[in-house]
Amino acid sequence: MNILVCVKRVPDTSENEIEVNSSGSDIERDDLVYSVNEWDNYAVEEAIQIRDKVGGKVTVITVGDDESEEILRREMAMGADEGILLSDDAFEGSDGKGLATILKAEIEKGSYDLIMTGAQADGGAAQVGGMLAAMLDMPYASLVNKIEVLDDSKIKVGREIEGGNQEMNEIDLPCVLSIQTGINEPRYVGIRGIRKVASLDIPVHGAGDLSIDAASVGEAAAKVKRLDYFVPDMGEGAEILEGSTEEIIEKLIEMLKAKGGLK
Amino acid sequence: MAQIFAYIIHKDGVADDSALELAVAAQAIDPSASVTAIVCGSGIDAVCTEAAASYKEVWKIDSADLAYPNAEVVRKALVNILPKGAVILLPHNTFGMDLGPGLSVKLDTAYVADVVGVEGTDGNNLKLIRQEYSGMVSTHVNADISGGAVITIRGGAFQPDESKGAGGSVTDKSGDAGDLGSKRRFLEVVEAEVGDVDITKSEVLVSVGRGIEDQDNLEIVEELAKAMGADVSCSRPIVDAKWLEKSRQVGTSGQTVSPKVYLACGISGSFQHMGGIKGAPFIVAINKNPKSPIFQLADVGIVADILEFLPELTEAVEG
Amino acid sequence: MEPALISPAKASLLGIPTVIFSVLIPVIGVALFTYIMAKRVAPLAFANPDFRFNRIRERAYRLLKYWLAQWKHPRYRTAGIVHIMLFAGFIILSVRSASLVIIGISEDFVMPGFGGSLGHIYNILKDYAATVVLVACVIAAYRRIVVKPKRYAVPEKYGKDHTSEAVFVLCMICGLIISESLFEASLAAAAVQKGVHAECLAPLSLAWIFRVSLSPVSLKTLQVLHVVCYYIHDLIFFSFLCFLPLGKHFHVITSIFNVWFMKLDKGTVKPVKWGVEDDQLDDLESFGVKKFEDFTWKHMLDFYSCADCGRCSDQCPANAVGRPLSPRFITIKARDYAFSHYPLKGNFKAEEPLIGGIYTEDEIWSCTTCGACEEECPLTIEYIDKMVDIRRGMVDEGNVPQSLQKPLSALEKRGNPWGKMEKKRSAWAADKEFKKECSVKLVEKGDTAETLFFVDSISSYDDRIQEITKSAAKVLTAAGTDFAVLGKLEKDSGHEVRRFGEEMLFQTLKEENTENIKESGAKRIVTADPHTYNALKKDYKNLPPVYHISEYIAEAVKSGKISLKSGDGNGKVYTYHDPCYLGRHNGMYDIPRDVLDAIPGMKRVEMTKSRDRSFCCGGGGLMLFYEPVEEQRMGQLRVEMAKEAGANVIVTTCPFCMVNMEDAIKTSGLEGEMEAIDLVELIQRHL
Repeated sequence: MNILVCVKRVPDTSENEIEVNSSGSDIERDDLVYSVNEWDNYAVEEAIQIRDKVGGKVTVITVGDDESEEILRREMAMGADEGILLSDDAFEGSDGKGLATILKAEIEKGSYDLIMTGAQADGGAAQVGGMLAAMLDMPYASLVNKIEVLDDSKIKVGREIEGGNQEMNEIDLPCVLSIQTGINEPRYVGIRGIRKVASLDIPVHGAGDLSIDAASVGEAAAKVKRLDYFVPDMGEGAEILEGSTEEIIEKLIEMLKAKGGLK
Repeated sequence: MAQIFAYIIHKDGVADDSALELAVAAQAIDPSASVTAIVCGSGIDAVCTEAAASYKEVWKIDSADLAYPNAEVVRKALVNILPKGAVILLPHNTFGMDLGPGLSVKLDTAYVADVVGVEGTDGNNLKLIRQEYSGMVSTHVNADISGGAVITIRGGAFQPDESKGAGGSVTDKSGDAGDLGSKRRFLEVVEAEVGDVDITKSEVLVSVGRGIEDQDNLEIVEELAKAMGADVSCSRPIVDAKWLEKSRQVGTSGQTVSPKVYLACGISGSFQHMGGIKGAPFIVAINKNPKSPIFQLADVGIVADILEFLPELTEAVEG
Repeated sequence: MEPALISPAKASLLGIPTVIFSVLIPVIGVALFTYIMAKRVAPLAFANPDFRFNRIRERAYRLLKYWLAQWKHPRYRTAGIVHIMLFAGFIILSVRSASLVIIGISEDFVMPGFGGSLGHIYNILKDYAATVVLVACVIAAYRRIVVKPKRYAVPEKYGKDHTSEAVFVLCMICGLIISESLFEASLAAAAVQKGVHAECLAPLSLAWIFRVSLSPVSLKTLQVLHVVCYYIHDLIFFSFLCFLPLGKHFHVITSIFNVWFMKLDKGTVKPVKWGVEDDQLDDLESFGVKKFEDFTWKHMLDFYSCADCGRCSDQCPANAVGRPLSPRFITIKARDYAFSHYPLKGNFKAEEPLIGGIYTEDEIWSCTTCGACEEECPLTIEYIDKMVDIRRGMVDEGNVPQSLQKPLSALEKRGNPWGKMEKKRSAWAADKEFKKECSVKLVEKGDTAETLFFVDSISSYDDRIQEITKSAAKVLTAAGTDFAVLGKLEKDSGHEVRRFGEEMLFQTLKEENTENIKESGAKRIVTADPHTYNALKKDYKNLPPVYHISEYIAEAVKSGKISLKSGDGNGKVYTYHDPCYLGRHNGMYDIPRDVLDAIPGMKRVEMTKSRDRSFCCGGGGLMLFYEPVEEQRMGQLRVEMAKEAGANVIVTTCPFCMVNMEDAIKTSGLEGEMEAIDLVELIQRHL
């Protein structure tokens, strides 16, 4: 099976304190470290496991700048066979649709049976997979937490839905899936693994290589634009509720309702 | 302003809470808009009637192919039925995430996911608020809705208006849905094992720590969680004591959770524990020790013995 | 002089001279033994190299101490004494047994040097030795059959019980002793009857008792007994020799080599591959031990040398709390693998992966590298290096538990397992309250100092442990030490990173730290964390001298730089918990105790398990992130031990011990009753 996994380099949010810069135009990036989007990492592991089971090839692809190459290499160290970097100044400022348009152009150059993305990335929109599928006219399933290859033409997938339930579907290939965390246990990649693939060639494709009309991607084409970043007001430390127990409970219930903790 | 549509999620003949929230969100986008609810499914008259209480107009798409809401099939129906330039609101849940992105491509509209607030409209520009980086920062986004938009709304972000005085009418659009064949076929729903709650997906967690003192006291926490419709999680000592299963543990060595609300009961807030809480939930700390570090990390603190406080809170919540 | 009886060398049976048997038995025995040994040695030929041919004097000293003097045996008193009796008896009797083989061919043979009075003394000695061995065998058999010490038991999942093997060997030994004594006694009894001179038998020895008992027996019977016992002895002797390499008694042969080649430097970790320098590691195709043949020859020798005595597992904290690890079976399973894959008959079997084969992942991650097993092993078998090697293999395959992947990648990116920001590494020093009392120099800001205080990750970032760090800084200040910390230039020392098998990440951390330490210009390094201490001292190279803070305090107290005021005599009873990496791995037992005792009015008790038998708190570094399957936490057991000793304050000198103890006190519901404190904090309070 020929599998393509779309990955993204994102700030590692586990302990990074994401702060907004003084002008609000971006987050403070000086002290950030980056890694592959966690969901994407699960997708790559799943792709590798499928390939190891039924044969084929795993390609990882990303849209980004030169620095994004590092995450391709990391995923190749995991076991992906090839990496492709889509990079062009014209791609900058693309919204979800712009990204899907760029990916689509590359995908149409190849022949993939299965395309995977992470269920979501740093922006939290969970959009590129679904858009890509619609653009490619392929079936799509999001939040996939189980994949079973039935034969060359169809697979069975489980989607994680509310209440911890799993929605089982049968999907014809080729298709696009967005992968939920927990579908597998991604293998560890250390410095040694990355060094082993350090010399492998990763082709870089720009708008010209992909015959993309620069006007259809990038900031100019984006229908959705981020205006600024801001941090909603949050005081320092806890607001200690005082008064009688009844008063405290009354205040608390009010707050819980406001925050969605009580319906 | 374009016409606004709200997609109504329903189960077992009852509309989801999001139905009311989307009505409020639509009002926030355009107070003057007439909002149309869309109900897809099979044998859905009761849901349509229910939706008509909150929406002036309800479009019914009734088809055996829609007996289970398969987003791929629903998308086909919607593409055939919706007018050009429409603004479609979906809840940002597992269905909305499945449907929204593809729908926006097929309708060639803007797509904005997981919206938590609406700032207002300026011509064709709709200014919305959403969050990035697991909720650590918020952003204002501008959506060009000249060609319409698909917008998913975060659950709980808009307070539902319960007045239900819309008195709307139901229009059957089933005939316009077109061919509903799909390359993705729904098979079944595998129910989660009983008692096997995935706290990583819980929206509200009542989390218990050492302050509970004794296994028998866990009942207090379970009762509160039940009253709140929340799940019970815990810190490591509770699992170590084997009072709760490992899958309930929040922390670097346990589960990483990202609820909306986190009620830390008798938890001191070690960073191994707090490391398991992501996405900046609203944290309420209840601890008898006023110097407990949890009070630095929580949004709201209550200095009290949980053994005394929680039963009273449960009673009040049950009202 | 004519002997009283015809010797086996000259006797004949049914007209056949028995000397034929005297020749045939040894020839067949030696041939069989050689064949078995060749098969046993075979896997060592496929093994990885191991560098053990240096430091002859040290090795000779250890051989005398641990092998000849059986140094570790009395740690288990009864079994130890019995073993010393057996061992000493064996050593003495080996000369006699060897001579006997030749006597069967040439009756007048005397071992060179044993002709004169030495021979007479020896004969007396060996009679007693044989008696002692027999007594030891009886005691050992009684223990095996009746007492059945728990540590000998073999849990079902690990294989079958070896009691029958042990008893069988005891029977063989008894057979040797009895047949040799009867051979001797029959001759002596005949001599007495004939009135000729005979070798005098040691009074009250087994042979002497036999001689006395045999005095009424006819000469003819004595003659038969004399020859028959000789061949019984000969047969048992060679059977025994060939039986040894088949099981746990292989140690009788291998122990001398195993002790000679023992690991000399505690606390160190073996290189990924002997002979491959750190900067050549990238060239290696594979890392660590993935299959049996990846072990070094010495580690294979370890497997053969195990006597299956169960002391390691009896001391292992992981085993004690029900983790799926028992060091004894790490060895026994590998030995059985060697036996079955390199069989005596037939071809070698195809190699199989160790993980998923004889070992499970959890088994290997369960080890805290506390070193209790190695400390105990009378045969100086190693475990930590093997664990590290197997982990290296797992890491190389990407087979790392999810709970460890996050801290490892955070260490790679940010130099600490929590992924906290580098610039916050010295945040503890910027704390307002603290700054009023103590100002800390920062190398990252260009400060320099004689002494570098290497803080390490947990002591930099953990709220609770920061208190220890602050106390350390205050104590250093009080002692007038000119010190600085690296701040954001400091990375995790990588101590556990290395011991969890991520060698390349460790190398990266080591390189960065080494460079920054050297650039700081410090003349010495001090740390409050034994893991850091061990890393900088044993894993790093070419650094200035490294000290643990307790050494610093001890020196400062001694020289009068700091004086300690008396403690609050409110019924506090202290006990000192030895951290593994200060105690066992670095032998620092007395310094922290001396420091404690320097506090006037200190009431201190010792736990039963202390010093080199200290019980691990649960493990440091990455072990905090790993979630082992266990019935109980090590810390809880340890707190119980402290309570049993009558203490209510546990003093330790390691931040990880501190975290684990405090947690254990809480989870055991002993808050208010017991407390844990770091030595540095305690000292700072008594300044």
